[in-house]
Amino acid sequence: MTSALETAQNPESLKRIVIEPLTRVEGHGKVTLLQGNNRNIRQARLHITEFRGFEKFIQGRPYWELPVLVQRLCGICPVSHHLAAAKATDMIVGATELTPTAEKIRRLMHYGQTLQSHALHFFHLCSPDLLFGFDDEVRHRNIVGVIEDSPEIATQGVMMRKYGQEIIRVTSGKRVHGTGAIPGGINKGLSREEVDYLRKDIAQNLAWAQSAVELVKKVFYEELDYHMGFARIDTSMMSMVNDDGSFELYHGGLRARDSLGNEIFDHIDYTNYTEYLRESVKDWSYMKFPFIKALGEEEGWYRVGPLARVNNCDFFSTPLAEAQRQEFKSLGDGLPVQSTMAYHWARLIETLHCAEAIAGLLEDPDLMGKELRTKGELQSVGTGVIEAPRGTLFHHYEIDDDGIVSKASLIVSTTNNNQAMNESIRKVANQYLDGKRLSEALLNQVEVAIRAYDPCLSCATHAIGKMPMELNLVDAGGQLVDRLEKRTTGQIDRTI
Amino acid sequence: MNRGATVAPVLVLTYGNPSRGDDALGTAMYDLLEKNPPLNVDLLTDFQLQIEHATDLREREFVLFVDAGINCEEPFELQRLSARKDDSFTTHAMSPASVLSVYQQIYRREPPPAYLLTIRAYKFGLGKEMSSAAGENLARAYEYLVEEPPWAAHA
Repeated sequence: MTSALETAQNPESLKRIVIEPLTRVEGHGKVTLLQGNNRNIRQARLHITEFRGFEKFIQGRPYWELPVLVQRLCGICPVSHHLAAAKATDMIVGATELTPTAEKIRRLMHYGQTLQSHALHFFHLCSPDLLFGFDDEVRHRNIVGVIEDSPEIATQGVMMRKYGQEIIRVTSGKRVHGTGAIPGGINKGLSREEVDYLRKDIAQNLAWAQSAVELVKKVFYEELDYHMGFARIDTSMMSMVNDDGSFELYHGGLRARDSLGNEIFDHIDYTNYTEYLRESVKDWSYMKFPFIKALGEEEGWYRVGPLARVNNCDFFSTPLAEAQRQEFKSLGDGLPVQSTMAYHWARLIETLHCAEAIAGLLEDPDLMGKELRTKGELQSVGTGVIEAPRGTLFHHYEIDDDGIVSKASLIVSTTNNNQAMNESIRKVANQYLDGKRLSEALLNQVEVAIRAYDPCLSCATHAIGKMPMELNLVDAGGQLVDRLEKRTTGQIDRTI
Repeated sequence: MNRGATVAPVLVLTYGNPSRGDDALGTAMYDLLEKNPPLNVDLLTDFQLQIEHATDLREREFVLFVDAGINCEEPFELQRLSARKDDSFTTHAMSPASVLSVYQQIYRREPPPAYLLTIRAYKFGLGKEMSSAAGENLARAYEYLVEEPPWAAHA
């Protein structure tokens, strides 16, 4: 159920600490902590301010533009929106089944984007949290040792990211704003030269993915109790699975299990997702709060993304990832692994699976097939769901007689994790901030909890000067008593 | 990753989201330049900068980044960049200076001379058109690149 720290009694009498915007997550968000006179945390909320206007942006556009148009919703995961919209428009054009070439090229694109997204997060976004620590000299020394043992880590991250981007470029035609997936299929197959170009580097990327899993395990085990307990919340989890229960990123049914691993629903057709999921609104947040209808608003919130997917699936279809999954699952001793920091571990198991799946696809002659597109009778409704790198992504459209979008509904991955991120913040606030004097290091732990989810706060705007971090301290009377500003250069200034 | 195409000595790398109001300035500059491509100049555009863009700097003699900015002078500013591992290194959107730092890290040598052209922007709403003031700044910046290309000595 939701936390007692969501809403404080008499908030006007509390000090307000604002971390705005969050660093190392995408877009604009802020965390507000209301502190009582004895410095205990009385209220904790994550505000995400940019989830507005998506549906309006899409309405009024012709359906066939959707796979390209929606890429502009987010500069971080345009391919996820591209593919979810393409699946929805498949349904609109009556394409009940894609050609093997179309489906495999889309899958290749999706595995490529997931590989590069996860590699970026591990090697460059969360590495300060995992590898450098933030409050412990011993941990810091240990991790510096890891870096000294593995100076090539950063380079591997760049090269894996580049490889994934190259897969996207080859399959979608362009580095950005690609048009690979179209309603009912794809717009081009791959040439032998393109396949050979990608094959040259897959073995190296597979090896890097294997070593990355080993590295994250080493880091995790070094302080197992800490990593198991930090920001831990016990939640339901939802993800897509294949018909046989195996791990699935592109197409399958939805599975939800409760915090003990008991089935809530399984293999449901995602086109009926509104029968199983609802969204609530709260007056203090622009972002909605999805929940599982059968459990109700208070109990029905859940987590998505790598942790949910690796916990929920019965097995991986690729052997290396499956071996890693089994070790991961042993952490839970028969129950789902609920550690928030285990997101990092699960993310790298998925990275390994993607590398294996890419290697397999690059040996498949269907990639070079000529049958690219199917269609049937035009429908007025289309729903597309995929497992984006950050979690389950829903696109739902309705069109009028002229093919113009009259209604658009999206549940993006980060929205699915909205309540969970809020709960993790509250857990951290209780674990580490309550009753203590606030410092940048302590506040950073709040961000560490959020970053574990790899949230995309959906702001593809990045112009210079838009992304400083501001830390305000306001007393009970509403008076600003202190302020720290963290520049994009990392410089911190006290500006009061 | 192996590179498939011939690399021009000059790279102009623009970035921004064309559906985010004035954030489109970078990609709008790309569109203008692409209509009449300068000789010996490669043009690239992306939503935002990330670590892999360091690989696009290989074998270059000169690099120009083009972005929208809200703190620069009107109509635009040009500044020399130096590699700096700032905080953007750990965000989803990196600064150009941090991209140069990644270049240093992975290739273990100094990056090519690099400049940032920042075009003054004002509004960034999703689905909004570029503001007229930003459009005027874009036109001035484009004139500058055509008449006095900072890469002239390298192209």
